[in-house]
Amino acid sequence: MKFTLSWLKEHLETDATLDEIVEALTRVGLEVEDVANPADRLKPFTIAKVLEARQHPNADRLRVLTVDAGDGKAPLQIVCGAPNARTGLVGVLARPGDYVPGIDVTLSVGKIRDVESFGMMCSERELELSEAHDGIIDLPDDAPVGTSYAAYVGLDDPVIEIGLTPNRPDCTGVSGIARDLAAVGLGKLKENRPAQVPGEGPCPVDVRLEFGDTPSLCPAFALRLVRGVKNGPSPEWMQKRLRAIGLRPINALVDITNYITFDRGRPLHVFDAAKVKGDLVVRRGRDGEELLALDGRTYKVDESICVIADDNGLESLAGIMGGELSGCTDETTDVLIESALWDETNIARTGRRLGINTDARYRFERGVDPAFCVPGLELATRLVMDLCGGTPSEVKLAGEVPETGRSIEFPYAEVKRLSGLKLSDAEIKGVLTRLGFWVTGTGDTVRVAPPSWRPDIHGKADLVEEVVRIVGLESVASAPLPRGATVARQMLTPAQVRRSQARRALAVRGMKEAVTWSFIPQDQAEAFGGGSPVLRLANPISADMSDMRPSLVPGLATAAQRNADRGYPDVALFEVGQVFADDTPQGQSMVAAGLRRGTAVMTGADRHWAGNAPQVGVFDARADAEAVLAAIGAPVDKLMVFSESAPWLHPGRSGELRLGPKTVLARFGELHPRIARKFDLDGRLAVFEVYLDAVPLPKGKSGRSKGAFAASDLMPVRRDFAFVVEEAVTADRLLKAARGAEKTLISDVVLFDVYRGAGVAEGHKSLAIDVTLQPRERTLTEEEIDAVGAKIRAAVEKATGGTLRG
Amino acid sequence: MSELQSLETAILAAIAAASNEAELEEVRIAALGKKGSVSEKLKTLGSLSPDERREMGPAINGLKTRVADALAARRELLQDAALDARLETERVDVTLPLRPAPAETGRIHPVSQVIDELTAIFADMGFSIAEGPDIETDHLNFTQLNFPPDHPAREMHDTFFLPEKADGERMLLRTHTSPVQIRTMMSQEPPIRVIIPGRTYRCDSDQTHTPMFHQVEGLVIDKESHIGHLKWVLEEFCKAFFEVDEVRMRFRPSYFPFTEPSMEVDIGCDRSGNEVKIGEGNDWLEILGCGMVHPNVIRNCGLDPDVYQGFAWGMGIDRIAMLKYGMPDLRAFFDADVRWIEHYGFRPLDLPTLFGGLSR
Repeated sequence: MKFTLSWLKEHLETDATLDEIVEALTRVGLEVEDVANPADRLKPFTIAKVLEARQHPNADRLRVLTVDAGDGKAPLQIVCGAPNARTGLVGVLARPGDYVPGIDVTLSVGKIRDVESFGMMCSERELELSEAHDGIIDLPDDAPVGTSYAAYVGLDDPVIEIGLTPNRPDCTGVSGIARDLAAVGLGKLKENRPAQVPGEGPCPVDVRLEFGDTPSLCPAFALRLVRGVKNGPSPEWMQKRLRAIGLRPINALVDITNYITFDRGRPLHVFDAAKVKGDLVVRRGRDGEELLALDGRTYKVDESICVIADDNGLESLAGIMGGELSGCTDETTDVLIESALWDETNIARTGRRLGINTDARYRFERGVDPAFCVPGLELATRLVMDLCGGTPSEVKLAGEVPETGRSIEFPYAEVKRLSGLKLSDAEIKGVLTRLGFWVTGTGDTVRVAPPSWRPDIHGKADLVEEVVRIVGLESVASAPLPRGATVARQMLTPAQVRRSQARRALAVRGMKEAVTWSFIPQDQAEAFGGGSPVLRLANPISADMSDMRPSLVPGLATAAQRNADRGYPDVALFEVGQVFADDTPQGQSMVAAGLRRGTAVMTGADRHWAGNAPQVGVFDARADAEAVLAAIGAPVDKLMVFSESAPWLHPGRSGELRLGPKTVLARFGELHPRIARKFDLDGRLAVFEVYLDAVPLPKGKSGRSKGAFAASDLMPVRRDFAFVVEEAVTADRLLKAARGAEKTLISDVVLFDVYRGAGVAEGHKSLAIDVTLQPRERTLTEEEIDAVGAKIRAAVEKATGGTLRG
Repeated sequence: MSELQSLETAILAAIAAASNEAELEEVRIAALGKKGSVSEKLKTLGSLSPDERREMGPAINGLKTRVADALAARRELLQDAALDARLETERVDVTLPLRPAPAETGRIHPVSQVIDELTAIFADMGFSIAEGPDIETDHLNFTQLNFPPDHPAREMHDTFFLPEKADGERMLLRTHTSPVQIRTMMSQEPPIRVIIPGRTYRCDSDQTHTPMFHQVEGLVIDKESHIGHLKWVLEEFCKAFFEVDEVRMRFRPSYFPFTEPSMEVDIGCDRSGNEVKIGEGNDWLEILGCGMVHPNVIRNCGLDPDVYQGFAWGMGIDRIAMLKYGMPDLRAFFDADVRWIEHYGFRPLDLPTLFGGLSR
């Protein structure tokens, strides 16, 4: 919402400075977004008089002017090409050093066809005042030479723009803004209530509201004819104001409606009565109907859209935009003025559907003052008669202006309860009254009736806001929030703690945390186990942000490729974030995922004097996954490694970590080369996902004791065994068998070698393990140690078919 | 010179001449070994007369002791020299660069770190953390929060929608963290003090808007909290978060459907340089919206707004992170450029606490 300072002063009697007004507007909730004074830009330009205009010696179309700048100094020589440059002309001077906005040039002393020029006389276009460029500005002879041009033409009128919140339709008009400023004590509101304009005879065009048995979309419609008007340009003062706020003056009749729209927040429409055939019918649109609107576009309507029609067909999209064919032109002599009320919700919906944003829609969807429906028409009539002459008819009112009378039971104490602000009852009542509220009753609780222009006021809290914003939020003192009487308890849930632990555990492993988009391209979603239509955005911002992600891996892999393309091929990235299985809250879960690319192993990437980093692989991914599980307190000793995994992983270099046969806690592996090729991902990628929500929470413990520390005094004994097994036998199976062979003595089994080649048959491998025996009561004898060895051999053979390597 | 003297001279000379432990050992064997020259001399003592023995005994034993001492001294010298020589060969260039430690190269994203900072501050004020899903119903994202259907206030939120279902219902990506207010009030008895950090979405994209961003919401519901308390909480938060002793804050009346009265809050800062400096200067920067929870919202959650009251606020996590740490471009947050993460990210062990400081 834009207006000028002088416009505001039409409604507010005030001595306040611009700064005070701007400060007060923001303070009452009408946030000032911009203040611009066109005069600032025009500051350098002064009025000057051409003392003499001579023909340029070297150019037929140029003249050499002698210009009196009015500064008491010697006249300036200026070369000028304007056809109207003549001796005695009073115009606008720009001097060397001045910036001329219309030509985007800072002037300097120039030489034009060998004659020096010390400035220029400006056209309106050069000063960005209009498109006029037929000649230089030609002012009346009595214009004061040497003074500011901006001040002379009244452009010294700051334009204030406020960011209006949707709850304040009353401030879509300058008069409403003035009311708030008056309430805050910045001046006196001028009561400009329009007087009734008596009409001669009934309005010859009838209005019918025809909604049948559907809900009415038009509570009231006021219309009147003004005969014998003379349309044409509106007066300069009106054009100036409209231009200042960015509107293009069209003709007096149209300008009047725009003026009242901004002056009072009351949109109006004018029809050229000669182009209206028969009566006006306000009704729902019908399929197949369309309207050529004032913006030159044709809109199709249907029964959800409210229209105004006559015998010719549609004439207006009600409350949003008028029709081109019945619009007023300079030739209009009889004008129909409409002031109506529309269903706010329907206006909003229609505007959104048709994609039309107009000043009328902006106001109607927020809710215009119903009580000003007919007065607005009176005001328009008065202005039409003043500016264009003519004779008005009586007002035809179809429908009924709805009653807005409602009252709120308001205990004055509510102000203190919600705001903490201590005010006297009289102060509270004063503020409300200044804002136009009716306060009735006495005592602690009164009845407050909001004015017709405040559809946003419904309850006590709304009244508190009115009081507080006018008294000023700065008068509310800060009050400490009471602290608890105990030491603070743990605030994070175990799930929240885990996310933090997972993050820090991965960062400690040299990985960098990324935050990638929750939405990924459809083909990636499909390739990584998602792509359900339920999770596809209806209005994605771009095609590659279309599907809610089923996995964090595609986002990370794409990010790694971006880094590689920038010259950083060896990156280790992770993310702890949400993935989506469906659109329910239960379908959303938290995952910690990571990726290493190229040679970005934990100990550092790339070449190094102490040894070059290898290519990343499945074991890097598994190590990361297990580190996360350990960090978040998963029962790592119970984890089982399975060789099968997701289809987007390398089938021979991937696996899952499970708790029991079903519960998958993590997946890890090298990205499937086919997936990599499909999405143009090059380089080796080792990736993992840990499903944080799948990890069971530890059972509640009764205490925090770690139990007694029991270390044996007896030396542990270590023995090595090498077993030859078939290729298909997994290390896991062998280790499990060895560990289980003798539960009390075997304290650790470590696999330290995998060997294939000479001495081991084709299709077989040798797995060497180091077994630690921890004696419990006494030192073991050789026989006892050998007995354990025999048990291990037997158990391994039984489980894997492996035999001790000879 | 007696025979013994010349033997001693010869042995000591041999000891001195030994250039390594092996040679010295040869000298030792030649002198003190079973058939060594000194040992042979000792053997002769048995065949001597008592008088001769009295004279020769101490002389030969003295020789043996001196030889042994000389051997020991020489051995120590040779060992030292050998060690010195070995140490010289073991010399390395200690200036060779190390591989950086993983804990030094890893980074926590600023969004996570700032959430941890928020957590530390609000834990101290007795808040806990509430969360909710990213995919929400229109009902919770708007209607329950007192956004009337088709009201222009809904248009302030450029909403991402999921496909319409058979029953006409349409899930959406939450446009703010406020639906979690509803979820919290519906599931928890007052008094309530929670903060709600999370991802939020709006279909908007330019230098200061990304289609996904992070918000933190705060909610206090009890029987007495008012705007004065709200101001205190936000002032204390800003001081603690920006790690300054004083902040200037400006509360401006504004409008949000789910609060009444509603306010926007500006923070005093200096915007004259390249970076915004919080706590100095004469400029204002809008950082959050807040207000008293609207009676309709309280009522929608099954509570009586004449009994229960409270306040809520919401602000952009990314935005306050940018302000605090001088990050100019929001889009970079989601680009995963390792150079950016390296520069703006945080070391893995720098966990923000109030006792140790939020940042270093």
